[in-house]
Amino acid sequence: MRIMRSEFRLSLGRVWAMLLRYLYLLRSSWPRTLELLYWPTLQMLIWGFMSQFLYVNSSYVFRAFGVLLAAVMLWDVLFRGQLGLSMSFLEEMWARNLGHLFVTPLRPYEWVLSLLSMSMIRVLLGTVPAALLAIPLYHYSIFAIGLPLIAFFAALLMMGWALGLAICGLILRQGMGAEGLAWTVVFTLAPISCVYYPVSTLPSWLQHAAWVLPSTYVFEGMRTVLFSGVFRADYLISAVALDIVYLVLGATAFFLSFHNARRRGALLQMGE
Amino acid sequence: MNEPAVRVENLVKRYPTAVAVDGISFTVPRGVTAALLGGNGAGKTTTLSILLGLLLPSAGKVQVLGEDMLRHRYRVLPRMNFSSPFVDLPHRLTVRQNLLIYARLYGLRARHQRIEQLASDLQISAFLERPAGKLSAGQKTRVALAKALLNEPELLLLDEPTASLDPDTGDWVRGYLEGYRARTGATILMASHNMSEVERLCSEVMMMKTGRIVDGGSPRALIDRYGRTNLEEVFLHIAREPRSMVPVS
Repeated sequence: MRIMRSEFRLSLGRVWAMLLRYLYLLRSSWPRTLELLYWPTLQMLIWGFMSQFLYVNSSYVFRAFGVLLAAVMLWDVLFRGQLGLSMSFLEEMWARNLGHLFVTPLRPYEWVLSLLSMSMIRVLLGTVPAALLAIPLYHYSIFAIGLPLIAFFAALLMMGWALGLAICGLILRQGMGAEGLAWTVVFTLAPISCVYYPVSTLPSWLQHAAWVLPSTYVFEGMRTVLFSGVFRADYLISAVALDIVYLVLGATAFFLSFHNARRRGALLQMGE
Repeated sequence: MNEPAVRVENLVKRYPTAVAVDGISFTVPRGVTAALLGGNGAGKTTTLSILLGLLLPSAGKVQVLGEDMLRHRYRVLPRMNFSSPFVDLPHRLTVRQNLLIYARLYGLRARHQRIEQLASDLQISAFLERPAGKLSAGQKTRVALAKALLNEPELLLLDEPTASLDPDTGDWVRGYLEGYRARTGATILMASHNMSEVERLCSEVMMMKTGRIVDGGSPRALIDRYGRTNLEEVFLHIAREPRSMVPVS
């Protein structure tokens, strides 16, 4: 029986094993799959009709038709990115499965890679159908943004991962009492991410806080593309640089909490 | 191969409000079945958790299959496994899906053949496609054992392997474990409350009390030393002895 015995080598086979577990879980429950599609599509419908109403009632918002819909869809990338990661993590907590997983050769960083991969799959499953549905419904395609869309998508997904890792770290440290954070924290960032309005709308003191979020650069950049057709590379660079900082912080919080859980014996006890 | 399967030296696990393991030392030779015996809170599960790398000790050395478990656990984890009726496999996945995932985590090549072989050996073929959460206690135990044997471990750690099983299923599991050890030469270390099980399976016993090993030896030697007729009486004697037991290493 051949078994890999290396100490520190990353095994894509183990990452795939964990990803397979989350895909099996997703497949085993159609309400959960439906839930993935439900919110992004519902949001798109509400904001799509709102945009159509504004289209005929406001000369300014005439140009903003695509801005609102694009903002809705991109916000969902951030939200789903964070929630997708946290949900897969919580599945292990609910199943009290850490005791089984971490007596195998699975490394914590391999687990994290599988959580990130599953998060991306959940985001794509949730947002792509909504984006495609907007084309026949409103004759609006977010894909018309072109290559910058990929950059915006990546920057928001990275921010979602950073948040998700920090929240999972907190749950590992505090227990399931902190579970609610997985559902709520991202919404506290929405007002200063300036999803639907320019940063200049905020009071000046709050603008400083807004500019430390990668999401603010993405939504400002998105509006620049849609209003004036200009892609602000400086916004993207700032967003990615901040993302890297937050990802490092989020991952550090996660791995420190994991180590702490091993010290406290929480890997066997953690659960509902 | 002269190294024992498990070597523990001065192991301590201290929590802010309690000492779960208080400076224990023991070895388990290769190819034997050994048991950690003791009442609730004696430190058995804590010791197993440390051996598995799930829990970091406060002090002491742990060597498993010749490797330092605290520094090189990923060298040895592929060669060991664990089963406990208190830690279920994820409920919503089918038995086959669960086994397939663990087979991948252990890096097995012939995964499907291994699962079929274990399913046949452990008589779980009939419910391979059933969600793990919908199995009876006996079925769950056999599935957990299948998971624990996927990588044909050289060291198998078991926490109460037959807890909550009816006598027939319990006897079947004990027979299977005896056969596995005889066939593969594996080492089995279990934590148990079931004295007759330990008498039947184990050649080495470590009696634990309040985090310490207070006596040890073969079941026969312990029974003779305490002038009793079975291991259960020895267990009760030690459990009820106030504080006079002298820890042994």
